Amino acid sequence: MNVGLGSVVSPDRSLANARTGFDVERVRRDFPILDREVNGQPLVYLDNAATAQKPRSVIDAISRYYSNENANIHRGVHYLSEHATAAYEAVREKARAFLGAADRREIVFVRGTTDAINLVAHSYLRSRLRQGDEIVVSAMEHHSNIVPWQLLCAESGANLRVIPMTEAGELILDAYEGLLSKRTKMVAVGHISNALGTVNSVKWIAARARERGIAVLVDGAQAAPHLPIDVCDLGCDFYAVSGHKMFGPTGIGLLYGRAELLEAMSPYQGGGDMIETVSFDGSTYARIPSKFEAGTPNIAGVVGLGAAIDYLGSVDIASMLEYEDQLLRYAIDQIGGVKGVRLIGTAREKMGVVSFLVDGIHAHDVGTIADQQGVAIRTGHHCAQPVMDFYGVAATARASFALYNTKAEVDCLVAALGRAREVFA
Amino acid sequence: MLELRELYQQIILDHNRAPRNFRELEGANRVAQGTNPLCGDKLHIYLRIDEADVIEEVAFQGSGCAISKASASLMTEAVKGRTTSQAGEMFGEFHRMVTGCDGEADLEKLGKLAAFSGVKQFPARVKCASLCWHALRAAIENDAALVSTE
Repeated sequence: MNVGLGSVVSPDRSLANARTGFDVERVRRDFPILDREVNGQPLVYLDNAATAQKPRSVIDAISRYYSNENANIHRGVHYLSEHATAAYEAVREKARAFLGAADRREIVFVRGTTDAINLVAHSYLRSRLRQGDEIVVSAMEHHSNIVPWQLLCAESGANLRVIPMTEAGELILDAYEGLLSKRTKMVAVGHISNALGTVNSVKWIAARARERGIAVLVDGAQAAPHLPIDVCDLGCDFYAVSGHKMFGPTGIGLLYGRAELLEAMSPYQGGGDMIETVSFDGSTYARIPSKFEAGTPNIAGVVGLGAAIDYLGSVDIASMLEYEDQLLRYAIDQIGGVKGVRLIGTAREKMGVVSFLVDGIHAHDVGTIADQQGVAIRTGHHCAQPVMDFYGVAATARASFALYNTKAEVDCLVAALGRAREVFA
Repeated sequence: MLELRELYQQIILDHNRAPRNFRELEGANRVAQGTNPLCGDKLHIYLRIDEADVIEEVAFQGSGCAISKASASLMTEAVKGRTTSQAGEMFGEFHRMVTGCDGEADLEKLGKLAAFSGVKQFPARVKCASLCWHALRAAIENDAALVSTE
């Protein structure tokens, strides 16, 4: 890491690595952007919940695809087309293994988590929803796991019910059970909260819903870069991830859906590739998963996502988990220790995120001052306005971590917070 | 951190800490609300305009970042006692200054508002600085729609 003036190197960093067996410096060398400077300072990228940086292998895979391998898939008989098709479908199999799904037909390539949720809302739930039915979401959802359901409710006369949370940002699970009724048609919940970092007990939540024959969708956008995922073990019906948050390119994501559900669902978008036959008298639709992949897909995005899945597969997950946990505890400790800082979201089980307020300094001002020191954090409502409303604030500052962040980088943020307090003293 | 000092000048920090005309206005005959949805800045602007179109009284309420609050505070000082068209001209100069668009701004005319000349280097904060002016204009034009920076 390029240690510039003004940043503090934590002296026991190498010791920590030896303990966990996680070589963060080696990992950092895989990510070219981490070498750059911002505002004359080494980049300290702590906005991973917004998007993650990309390893060289992902960048190269996309570049190689366009330089050497680009062709449209599924319909051609020429070499490049067959090669591209094979590469595309190979990633589907990789994605199946990555998510722990049983069948590659249960993996749909989509644009991202938002796209996946809208697909499920449209193709699964819309036809099943009657006036007075209910959709259950949690108090800590990202807008993408609220608004699609609200659109359906407005259309159908169904109601949105919200699982409440505590001040610490933990879901009140008794209240959740109390919300489930004969009218409940869907439970949609985030695996890890992007605003608070809370890890939700999605397996338990899914089990209670399944007992009552209620479908469950899990928003896994924040989980995919941090946790091994096993959709069969979780017992959910749908699971959505975004490629760009798990070190892959933007514009690509995965929707896992149980085969029998996907088979029964109506198409989402119409067009080429999702059909079997088309005539002006009527068309028939392709089998799953093609039924949900209309038009030329983001082939390069799929290739990049495959490389990202490979990259995560090359990391020792157990030591990564331990490293990230240690880093998060350090961050919570150090950021929380700054005078005037109030941590937002203090669940016992957290991953990846530290949201906070600084007394007397608006989040936006904190972010600008941090930016001047090369530190990238996010400030605002984080697409979770209901969470902001719950805490009675307009915005928080949020530092979010990935496997390439270090304790020294946390120290840079803490120094920036000190600077902010000086400026606003 | 030279650039930071250019943005967070003493006068801005002062007006953020102790904003002037920071109250509701009794007898206001023009009111508008402005919001910056990206960061949660929210301002109410209250005006009392007389028959000669002079801004007799101006006040504001709301919450937001230091730039938005200081800008509103300095704006109220700048437009009080001016006509609505003078205030409109001032908005034009202010906008020119913070965006760097439409040619050089007349910093002389802007007086204390020139403290925001550093905002140009921080494009993400232009909306914070100009929110109050957009709300002011909406209030003058009696445009009841919610002013948003989006």
